[in-house]
Amino acid sequence: MLIGGILVITCKNPVHSALALIVTLLAQASIYLMLYAPFVAGVQIILYAGGIMVLFLFVIMLVSIDRSVRERQFNSQWVVGIIAATALGGLFIAVYTKGKNIFPEHALPVVENDNTQKIAIMLYGQYMFAFEIASLLLLVAIIGAVVMAKKKI
Amino acid sequence: MESMLHITTLHYLVLGAALFLLGVIGVLTRRNVVIVLMSIELILNAVNLNLVAFSRMWGGLHGQVFAIFVITDAAAEAAVGLGILIAFFRNKETVNIDEVNLLKW
Repeated sequence: MLIGGILVITCKNPVHSALALIVTLLAQASIYLMLYAPFVAGVQIILYAGGIMVLFLFVIMLVSIDRSVRERQFNSQWVVGIIAATALGGLFIAVYTKGKNIFPEHALPVVENDNTQKIAIMLYGQYMFAFEIASLLLLVAIIGAVVMAKKKI
Repeated sequence: MESMLHITTLHYLVLGAALFLLGVIGVLTRRNVVIVLMSIELILNAVNLNLVAFSRMWGGLHGQVFAIFVITDAAAEAAVGLGILIAFFRNKETVNIDEVNLLKW
């Protein structure tokens, strides 16, 4: 997954980056399976790797012409970017080495067979309002994307 | 076999932090707008990994439900972002972030 992530940010061709991102998303779905979350893994594969990345590939084919592959790849502020990312990485290392003892020793090995049912009960029961708002958000996103990409409004 | 490494929650969090760092480097460093949008998706995936790891640690399923909402939100934001990208490309014929300087002083 980390190799896929590194390939996303370093490839010259955006199509190669998109394929590396698909590899990263599939690896992340397998890590979700390791965490006993099969429903989230399924949603990730169907929605993310099968929907969003296909959308990205369509737009790459519409937009990226051959000229952009031969240009300079990293922008003019890359030194400051690397310094900021190193500072953030240092912060993460400091937090994780100081607070290492909070987490329990072993991962809980509970195998449950009704993960999807429990998520569905929680989604339609406790998080019903958020569910409706999410559908409204998707409606707004559809209208927004269509309006942004039209030739004349 | 008794010195087997147990994969604790901390390992998942470190992996999530590494992915987050890669996404941040991608957003701050690349010139191509499409790759910047893909790095934002990397950041969202790192956050999802953190959420699901904590959901496994605490035993409840709230983290996984929130992760599903984050994936939904990422889909909507990717669609709108790519629509903006297409509208921008129609005007300027380039996918360079440095060319987005109409509001510069």
